[in-house]
Amino acid sequence: MTHRGSRVLHVGSLSRVEGEGSLHLRIRGEEVAEARLAIYEPPRFFEAFLRGRSYTEPPDITSRICGICPVAYQLSACRAIEDACGVTVDGQLAALRRLIYCGEWIESHTLHVHLLHAPDFHGCANVVELARSRRADVERGLRLKQAGNAIIELLGGRAVHPVNVRLGGFHRVPSRSELRPLEEQLRRAREDAALTVRWVAGFEFPEAGCDHDLLALAEPDRYAIESGTPTVMPAPHTAGLPATSRRALPTRTFGVREFGDHVVERQVPHSTALHARLDGRRHLTGPLARYAISGRLLSPIALQAAQDAGLGDPRQGVVCRNPYRSIVVRAVEVLHAVDEALRLIDAYEPPPRPYVDVPPRAGTGHGATEAPRGLLHHSYTLDAEGTVTDAVLVPPTAQNQDAIEEDLRRTVQEHLRSGDPTDAELTALCERAVRNHDPCISCSTHFLDLTVDRAGGGH
Amino acid sequence: MTAEPRRRPRLAVWKFASCDGCQLTLLDCEDELLGLAEQVEIAHFLEASSASAPGPYDLSLVEGSVTTAQDVDRIHHIRAVSRRLVTIGACATAGGVQALRNYADVAEFQAAVYARPDYVATLATSTPISAHVPVDFELRGCPVDRRQLLEVITAHLAGRRPAVPAHSVCFECKQRGTVCVTVAHGTPCLGPVTHAGCGAICPTFGRGCYGCFGPSDSTNFPAFVPLLRRDGMDTLDVVRVLRTFNTAAPEFDAASRKELER
Ligand code: SF4
Ligand code: SF4
Repeated sequence: MTHRGSRVLHVGSLSRVEGEGSLHLRIRGEEVAEARLAIYEPPRFFEAFLRGRSYTEPPDITSRICGICPVAYQLSACRAIEDACGVTVDGQLAALRRLIYCGEWIESHTLHVHLLHAPDFHGCANVVELARSRRADVERGLRLKQAGNAIIELLGGRAVHPVNVRLGGFHRVPSRSELRPLEEQLRRAREDAALTVRWVAGFEFPEAGCDHDLLALAEPDRYAIESGTPTVMPAPHTAGLPATSRRALPTRTFGVREFGDHVVERQVPHSTALHARLDGRRHLTGPLARYAISGRLLSPIALQAAQDAGLGDPRQGVVCRNPYRSIVVRAVEVLHAVDEALRLIDAYEPPPRPYVDVPPRAGTGHGATEAPRGLLHHSYTLDAEGTVTDAVLVPPTAQNQDAIEEDLRRTVQEHLRSGDPTDAELTALCERAVRNHDPCISCSTHFLDLTVDRAGGGH
Repeated sequence: MTAEPRRRPRLAVWKFASCDGCQLTLLDCEDELLGLAEQVEIAHFLEASSASAPGPYDLSLVEGSVTTAQDVDRIHHIRAVSRRLVTIGACATAGGVQALRNYADVAEFQAAVYARPDYVATLATSTPISAHVPVDFELRGCPVDRRQLLEVITAHLAGRRPAVPAHSVCFECKQRGTVCVTVAHGTPCLGPVTHAGCGAICPTFGRGCYGCFGPSDSTNFPAFVPLLRRDGMDTLDVVRVLRTFNTAAPEFDAASRKELER
């Protein structure tokens, strides 16, 4: 035993999606007995009140789960309901969906990179403080974010909870000339995004690794965003490698319809958010998973920027398993999304109709897309009239919770072995470890009130 | 002249049950953000800052609805330490989409979502902030409009009444020169009974307004509902559209109940 005895560290204030939760650590001597990400965001019961609504409504209603990734909710809902109705949306309508989703990646990732995460690497409490010493970097971030918002506003009407997305496509589609003003802004954004990758690549990253199974959608010929097949890259230890191993391992896939057979949610007493596991094991979705599984399909400039930033060449089977470097992967994904948006605009031809008809039919449908913070799965059961009789939504944060807790445990454990961190230092460390994952609670991971309950060693 | 440096007004942003979209709208004011941060002291804003200073605050912006017993205590405390309290968005102003629970048996809702509902403490209702404490101004929308949000902040800091019009979305369509979707296409639209503020986005995209800004200051449902019916909505359609993002707004609530009585 040590002189430190036991202590309980409680950091109040992290959700199922967005919102509020807290952190709870129990330490006995030099061992972390427990690391819990407790989510106390009050439940909002979406799955319950979607029952009885018309099948046309979930895209609008579920967007209100998260103001930071509404497009992800809208498009996962559309895909799932279209699946139930046996309808496929393709061609230029699918391209426009990808375009608005690029807008969300740019906006949401940039918010996280510049406003929520970068202050950590500069020891600042917020972006305003960061702007005092890094004005140009912050202004560049605000410009980039604006470029992402501009895409969503043009295609969707407004940045938060866009109104133009509907089953089968859009209420209205733009003409070629309406998209043109975006081009100039996006060309500037491409330079800004490239500079941002360089900027964040220069941050100091603690040595760290994670051995979670990685889960992301994958497509044969492009970096998956608004569609794809769930693909798993197993943890290094299953191949006898260390947690920090930078080697890609062979992947396996399963159908979107089998999602619920593999990713199973269970309730834990300390959280209003459900915890999901992949085939009974902890897993991670989000940028690190996408980069490991689809990195080789990034656009050439994004791929080059990633290598220059030290992430390694995914074409050579290198993966990044350091959660602190997720900020670099996010910046690379922003660059990719800007480049992809320019390509989509360039290739755009207005489709003959803004949407395809989606007639209701009885059945269950599944849809998954890559929200900025990870795979988001929806499934709906409809009756013959199109009334929703059941809805199951599995957000990335629920899936990442076990992985985040494991990161927390590992981080604290290492620091206990290598020194004698104070509660304040542990709090700061843990907050950073949580923010690495940009959970839909990154806002409240800037949490505050810390209560320390120092119990005697005898507990 | 050596004036004492003026104390910057202190701003706080609070969250209750919500999607964070309304606070995000503040961070979406990219062009104004750094300027605003120079004029005010951002004393408490969890989504944006890990630093938090205790009250009193000159202006508290409150997002989200009250859904737990702790929320009730917290909003009283916030009121006590805030000179002015402004609600932002449909959650804080009209209970938000989560107020759909108000029509249901929450125990049943909990059982649908959670295997062990007893682990989750929640109230049977989702209520607006004004049901608990006096509110100085309510800004509508799900989410709020960026320009209106800036206007409300600036006005309160200057001690004047915000210039936020109380008329309906129809007025904004006219201002914008958007062709009426109901008249031109027979599309059901809540514009006539919905509070202005969004700039009439939906009709511009060829879609009927679904009422995300809540009721306008003068609504006439007995005259309006027959229009919805003419354009193909049945009783349940009418009830559902009124019971979505502003379901606890008294006008929408009353109109939806009246429909069900028919
Ligand atoms: S009013 Fe709408 S946008 Fe604002 S917090 Fe509530 S759900 Fe989100
Ligand atoms: S037109 Fe109506 S539903 Fe659409 S954004 Fe405006 S208030 Fe909301």
